[in-house]
Amino acid sequence: MSTIHVNIVSAEESIFDGEAAMVFAPAEMGEVGIMPQHAPLLTKLKPGQVRVRAEDGTEEIFFVTGGLLEVQPTVVSVLADTLLRARELDAEAANEAKERAEAMLSGEQGEIDLEKARAELVQAEAQLRMINELRGERRGS
Amino acid sequence: MAAGKEIRTKIASTENIQKITKAMEMVAASKMRRAQERMAMARPYAERIRVVASHISRALSGDKHPFLEEREAKNVGIIVVSSDRGLCGGLNVNLFRRTLQLASEWQQKAVGIKFGLIGSKSQAFFRHVGGDVIAQVDKLGDRPQLAQLVGLMTVMIEAYEKGEIDRLLIVENDFVNTMSQHPQVLQLLPIPPAEDETMSRAGDYIYEPEARPVLDFVLRRYIESLIFKSVTENVACEMAARMVAMKSSSDNAGEVIEKLQLAYNKARQAAITQEISEIVGGAAAV
Repeated sequence: MSTIHVNIVSAEESIFDGEAAMVFAPAEMGEVGIMPQHAPLLTKLKPGQVRVRAEDGTEEIFFVTGGLLEVQPTVVSVLADTLLRARELDAEAANEAKERAEAMLSGEQGEIDLEKARAELVQAEAQLRMINELRGERRGS
Repeated sequence: MAAGKEIRTKIASTENIQKITKAMEMVAASKMRRAQERMAMARPYAERIRVVASHISRALSGDKHPFLEEREAKNVGIIVVSSDRGLCGGLNVNLFRRTLQLASEWQQKAVGIKFGLIGSKSQAFFRHVGGDVIAQVDKLGDRPQLAQLVGLMTVMIEAYEKGEIDRLLIVENDFVNTMSQHPQVLQLLPIPPAEDETMSRAGDYIYEPEARPVLDFVLRRYIESLIFKSVTENVACEMAARMVAMKSSSDNAGEVIEKLQLAYNKARQAAITQEISEIVGGAAAV
């Protein structure tokens, strides 16, 4: 019996990497079972379980909250989302990021003051340079 | 021996400083190693999604996706990835200099700039110099999670979708090795056309339900994975820079201690010599 290579990865880490006889995944249009030599397929996943059945019939189960399933004849990749990514949740997080930005600026907006920024940087750089020079001097003496 | 005591206290306090900087150096070294591991762990996802993205975008060459379409730049979005904490040498300063250079290039072309800031250091900097900040996130810690970044990513990507910005750039630190990290600028949106890579002609995919929504999803995740990569890489850069900075301060503390020790010995010697000559002088007088 032939096997198919399965990769389950999330943005943060690799979750599973190995051979399987069959893979079940919660595709958007309904659950799919993938066996070796499946035609190339690309579909989004719904929240649910990805089950990897090994050759001896044992199953490993992974929970995904969404993501993408990519099937090639010998390789199945599950690009999993590990966190719930509902639209509303994203919007909420986005609002928070925006609010923080607004709170920070307290009125002062618009063009970035390049002159001031440069002066600021020159100062910081001068400090660094001085540290380096001091170090050199001490080495030299 | 009043002078002697003063110097001794100074030596003791410098030794304490040295202990702290040494500890910080070691902590940074181990954190750097872990940060590098996390960078490596995130790589398979990023690579996979890039391959898939370029595959579909090629298959769908008919109508162009907005994420792939070059349009005239009237406003640009710049994401600045800085660290949360200092004591890491010139890491952030170099990054900000690169950012300003970029900003002044666009300002000369009369292009508006909107910033997305990651890390408290960039916030402190922009609070000082001004600039239109539309999103920010900080306190990511040593182990940034995607969940912490979703908000900022959404704001920036939606600004692009709504046409508020026509380019999305990211200024980040590139981890070359422990000793060197370079600030660099990457274009996230529109996605630069990929160099022709050796793609397995596995034939076209079957798309479920349709190619377009899948493409939307993939491209978005692709951008997000790039931003996430920058953030994890920046942690590694920060730790490496801190390690080097703390190493040199430990070395400096060692040198200071040596000098003070020398001064102390000299003072002690001088005091003894003086005492002896006083005794000898006294004896001679009698």
